[in-house]
Amino acid sequence: MLINGLALGCIYGLVALGFVLVYKATEIVNFAQGDLLMLGAFMAFTFIATLGLDYWIGLVAAALVLGLFGVVVDRVVLRYIIGQPQFAMIMLTIGLGFLFRSFASMTWGPDDHSLPTPFTSKVVNVGGAIVSLEYVSIIVGTLLLCAVLYAFFRYTKLGIAMQAASQNQLAAYYMGIPVKLIFSLIWGISAMVATVAGVLLAPVSLIQVNMGLIGLKAFAAAVLGGFGSIPGALVGGAIIGVIEVFSGVYLEEGFKDVAAFVVLLTVLVVRPQGLFGQLGRKKV
Amino acid sequence: MRFIFKTDYNQDIRLFKHEGTIFWYGMLGLVLLVAPFALPEFYVGELASVFIYAIAGVGLMLLVGFTGQVSLGHAAFLGIGAYCNAYLQNNGVPFVLAAPAAGMLSGIVGFLVGLPALRMTGIYLAIATLAFAQIIEQVFIRWESVTGGFAGFPVPKPTLFGAAVDGDREFYFVCLVVLVLVIVAAINLLRSPTGRAWVAIRDSEIAAQSMGVNLAIYKTSAFGISAFFTGIAGALFAHKISYLAPDIFTILLSIQLLLMVVVGGLGSLHGAIYGAVFVVLLPLFISIMRDYLPANIARQPGLEPGLFGLILVLVILFEPMGIYGRWLKIKLFFSLFPLYKRATFKRQKTYMKSERLR
Repeated sequence: MLINGLALGCIYGLVALGFVLVYKATEIVNFAQGDLLMLGAFMAFTFIATLGLDYWIGLVAAALVLGLFGVVVDRVVLRYIIGQPQFAMIMLTIGLGFLFRSFASMTWGPDDHSLPTPFTSKVVNVGGAIVSLEYVSIIVGTLLLCAVLYAFFRYTKLGIAMQAASQNQLAAYYMGIPVKLIFSLIWGISAMVATVAGVLLAPVSLIQVNMGLIGLKAFAAAVLGGFGSIPGALVGGAIIGVIEVFSGVYLEEGFKDVAAFVVLLTVLVVRPQGLFGQLGRKKV
Repeated sequence: MRFIFKTDYNQDIRLFKHEGTIFWYGMLGLVLLVAPFALPEFYVGELASVFIYAIAGVGLMLLVGFTGQVSLGHAAFLGIGAYCNAYLQNNGVPFVLAAPAAGMLSGIVGFLVGLPALRMTGIYLAIATLAFAQIIEQVFIRWESVTGGFAGFPVPKPTLFGAAVDGDREFYFVCLVVLVLVIVAAINLLRSPTGRAWVAIRDSEIAAQSMGVNLAIYKTSAFGISAFFTGIAGALFAHKISYLAPDIFTILLSIQLLLMVVVGGLGSLHGAIYGAVFVVLLPLFISIMRDYLPANIARQPGLEPGLFGLILVLVILFEPMGIYGRWLKIKLFFSLFPLYKRATFKRQKTYMKSERLR
């Protein structure tokens, strides 16, 4: 049960990671992150189930396509909203989410799809507990992805440039970093993370047009971890996932669906900066 | 071009700025009074739902457009109003008392939501109201003794002073009267110190605080009053849809309400009305257009939300003042005719505007 909770939490954490990456860099809160996840899952479904590619090749191809898509969306739409009030950004990304969802239901139809994976309906024995391999694959996949992202941000020039652009745009410009390009790339990475999350989630829940609503719960993860903190997003996701699964078992019916939101409200009231975040007072 | 020569301070806070507005609003009123007798029954019903959405829109506009607080949870207030009204009427309370009571309950909840909202701004507030709406939605599902759970329950027809309001025409007039009352109340609020304080908070919280505006009082009152109007709209909404079930009051409805306010034009009551017309008429327009489009496009289930999303994106990118802003531009173009310059409405951009500590 703990494993199931952790696995669910990893998905929340990955979606939250997407929020955080974009928010840190551009201060845009991407309400369409969940819908990017949905698009990624559908794209992987096309590559793997329809075109018959290998699971791993399909996953990489879908991530690349979505990454490109993220870059294009940034260049075509979101570039023009930087500097506008935050409300405009929220509405814009909500509108984009609707567009993505409509696009998906026109392209792939409103029905549920299931994605065949190498992990489907197998079990492993973890320390005496029988766990289905799908959940283990989610946790392992998340950890791998985090390691890759960590190495990318820590050891590559591009990653360090991205950190710089997130911390201070103006200073990054002075250092000769192409900040606009970096922003587009960050959108691309965020979309790729969403795709991986979508593909990992696919065997557990079916691929359907409304799977993007998971993004709402990922907000809870992002806020709990402190908006703008990458490890915070993952830890927050794990905590939310475990709380959700446990409240589904021990509390009355119905608490499972709101557990994440109750935690979210409590965190916002008691400790708005989250577990790992830093909150600055706005200066006049 | 009309110049208003002001000789009195009271001219600034008049309901009607000059004779022209009185004439045109009078004409609009006449048309609306005659409309239900000239139009087919179906369109009368659609107009009534325009009025209901407009009431909710005015409520949301006070909060989003004038106080600058984002709410992604107004469907919850609409739902609270709807359930409270229907529950009271099922237990024998007449409509005249039940609808205001529904508004009051919703307003009180809104006030309570406003309390924690004092500590939050921007996205945090949006996310918090979103979470609140999700929790309320679960309450609608689980509190079966009152809300009937998933199955829901039918709403009785309203009775007004002993006479049953059972036709579309009668209901149309009820909605129209409530809408007019709500608009007049909103205008009065906005020209009073309360409204001025809200606008000050929207433009800069710190500046408003320095001028002696009590943020706590005015922010919570904005939430409460906005929720009150939305609750009243919910009471009418319950009668309009005539069967309540929790799956109506979802996040999608909240977004639709926000979309109405944004597309109509933030920061003006006109905008709320235009937005309501837009939100109700677009699905109607789509369903009419379906007959003329090729079958493979017309049968798509995702067409409507997709169009909503597309219009929202286009409005935010190209016309942030919404329909009302476009109308103002056209009006100014003609009144200044050869001298209009595009830069009049140019948006000012603020780069490097950050809410983080740097």
